Amino acid sequence: MSLQSADLVLLLATMLYLASMTGYLLFLFNQKPIYQKTAFYLITTAIVFHFVSMIIYTIATRHVPIQNLSQSLSASAFAIGCMFLFFQYKFDLKILGVFASILLFGIMLVVLMIPDVPVESNAAFKGFWFYSHIILVLTGDAALGLACGTGILYLLQEKGIKTKSPGFFFKRLPSLDFLDNVGYTCLTTGFALLTIGLVTGFIYAKTIWGTFWSWDPKEVFSVGTWLVYAVLLHLRLNSGWRGRKSAIMTIIGFFIIIFTFLGVNMLLGGHHQAFTK
Amino acid sequence: MSKIILIGINHKTAPVELREKLSFSDEETLTALELLNQDEDIKESLIFSTCNRTEVLYIPRAGEKVNKIFDFIAHHKKVDLSEFKSALYIYKEDEAIRHLFRVASSLDSMVVGEPQILGQIKQAYRVAIQSNASGVLLNRLMHKTFSIAKKVRKETGIGDNAVSISYAAIELANKIFSDLSQKSVMLLGAGEMAELAVEHLISNKVKNIVVANRTFKNAVDLARKFNGQAVKFEEREDTLKDVDIIISSTGATDYVLTQRQVKRAMKKRHHNTLFFIDIAVPRDIDPKINTISNAYVYDIDDLKNIVESNIEQRGKETVKAERFIDEAVLKFRKWLESLAIVPTIKALNDKMSSIVEIEFKKTFSNLNHFSQEDIEAINRMTRAIATRTIHDPILFLRNTGDHRDDSLYLNVTRELFNLDIPEEE
Repeated sequence: MSLQSADLVLLLATMLYLASMTGYLLFLFNQKPIYQKTAFYLITTAIVFHFVSMIIYTIATRHVPIQNLSQSLSASAFAIGCMFLFFQYKFDLKILGVFASILLFGIMLVVLMIPDVPVESNAAFKGFWFYSHIILVLTGDAALGLACGTGILYLLQEKGIKTKSPGFFFKRLPSLDFLDNVGYTCLTTGFALLTIGLVTGFIYAKTIWGTFWSWDPKEVFSVGTWLVYAVLLHLRLNSGWRGRKSAIMTIIGFFIIIFTFLGVNMLLGGHHQAFTK
Repeated sequence: MSKIILIGINHKTAPVELREKLSFSDEETLTALELLNQDEDIKESLIFSTCNRTEVLYIPRAGEKVNKIFDFIAHHKKVDLSEFKSALYIYKEDEAIRHLFRVASSLDSMVVGEPQILGQIKQAYRVAIQSNASGVLLNRLMHKTFSIAKKVRKETGIGDNAVSISYAAIELANKIFSDLSQKSVMLLGAGEMAELAVEHLISNKVKNIVVANRTFKNAVDLARKFNGQAVKFEEREDTLKDVDIIISSTGATDYVLTQRQVKRAMKKRHHNTLFFIDIAVPRDIDPKINTISNAYVYDIDDLKNIVESNIEQRGKETVKAERFIDEAVLKFRKWLESLAIVPTIKALNDKMSSIVEIEFKKTFSNLNHFSQEDIEAINRMTRAIATRTIHDPILFLRNTGDHRDDSLYLNVTRELFNLDIPEEE
């Protein structure tokens, strides 16, 4: 088991993501169920290969591949893949695969293009709280990413109906109610995971640095993101912010997540920086 | 060889009064087919009759027997032949097959692409089976008909587009709400238009129907008809909090629902989606309501626009459907021709020789101790066994006699020995 084989399997997974994306795009235009089925099997296989690649890496280097930017992106792609499979199973929203496969292939392309900087092993990056924090935050963000995807689908469908010009997407997308419902489930799932993820992060910080909160820029932005989603959920439950407004908010929310994930480390530094070097 | 013939009238050739006179109910079809079945001249037959057409599909034993079917229809429906003869069309062979495929694929319907026709033809076939009137040829033909109709529906957009106002409205409702059976409808106005619209919705099974009308008595009457409730016309704003779809068709000259009223109601219903279908002229629903979030207003012109663009789209899909049908007719023709005696015997011979050859090669590829002469002798023997085995069946096929049904035995042979080239479905 070597690093080369891990890279090779990852490359294979990326090719499969590409194939799956092609299948989903064909399905979008052609609407033949066979394309969707094939694309779905391809993406499932890709996710399995992706997982295998991460395992090979872990065995070869004795640490989990989330130690630099390339690895963190790859891990978040994997998390999005897993969340997609989960929501696809739950709702059978076939068209979401178009969004997921494009997103996954896009991230993997970036992963393959940016250099995989050598990792110095850091004694602090281990333990139950560390891994729970990482897994929960990544899956939470992934679910919120899918909420953004359904939000985009919602806006496409809503625009056609509102302007009385049902076009390309009218037949291809499910009903507004359904999209809103799926988006809401993605949102609550993601929010719950993110909440626990932040809590485990605080506990981890306490065990390593002796303090729950150290005004690290990423900590600040993460809690900020969390607050944005908390407000959105509150508005939705209490002031009827459903449908279009909610869809727009989930899209904005996901862009804030992307900034928190990448931008903060690159621009502002802090103790999360290692993960995105 | 047997001919496939189709005689019928449809909405293009006959007015509704005549179509009514010639239409067959299921029971009538059953008795009619039983009569045809007893007829020495008719080998197989099938009748399908809908409100837009009555067609008799049959295979005569010899000749065409067109006049016989004319008289049969006239006699059975007790209508004078002169009354409907000019409205009849007669299709033979490939033309009959093509016509049948087109009808089942809903290309010949009054509303092209409407989905009911396939079910009606399936029902007609069931009756034909029940009365034993359908045989090898029609069975195969009907199965091909069903599969081509399915293919057309699946692979062309012909049935996708709603081409009537009420279908377009329901399609929209289905793209707004995920489950109409959980949604309630309010009718504003109890006129004929409202009634028509609701009939369509009822076939889509909505949860509840509320009727509001200026004359309360009419509201009560209509509500009773649809198992719904009646409310006073003044209560319409209050009722907005309990319903999801509003169909309006009052004769009012002013808007009966304004933007302000709907805004107020939206708050009470926690901004759950409202869908307004305004079929009244002049309009009942203030178009500004469409700017409220989660509220959608479609008036009669909006719906008409959608219908028109759908009709245009459908024209393109028809071309594709016709191509599928042409292919299917060719395929069926090929099968019909293979049902002749000579090709069947040839296929049978070929199959046996190929089996013998394969097995012979397989065996002797591992046996080296035989001399060349031995090998040839054994080869001759295996071939002789094959020839002898199919000798009697072939003799039988050549000589089924006039009174027996060639196509039946030929078809059985083809199926027993699996002689048909497998078709891709």
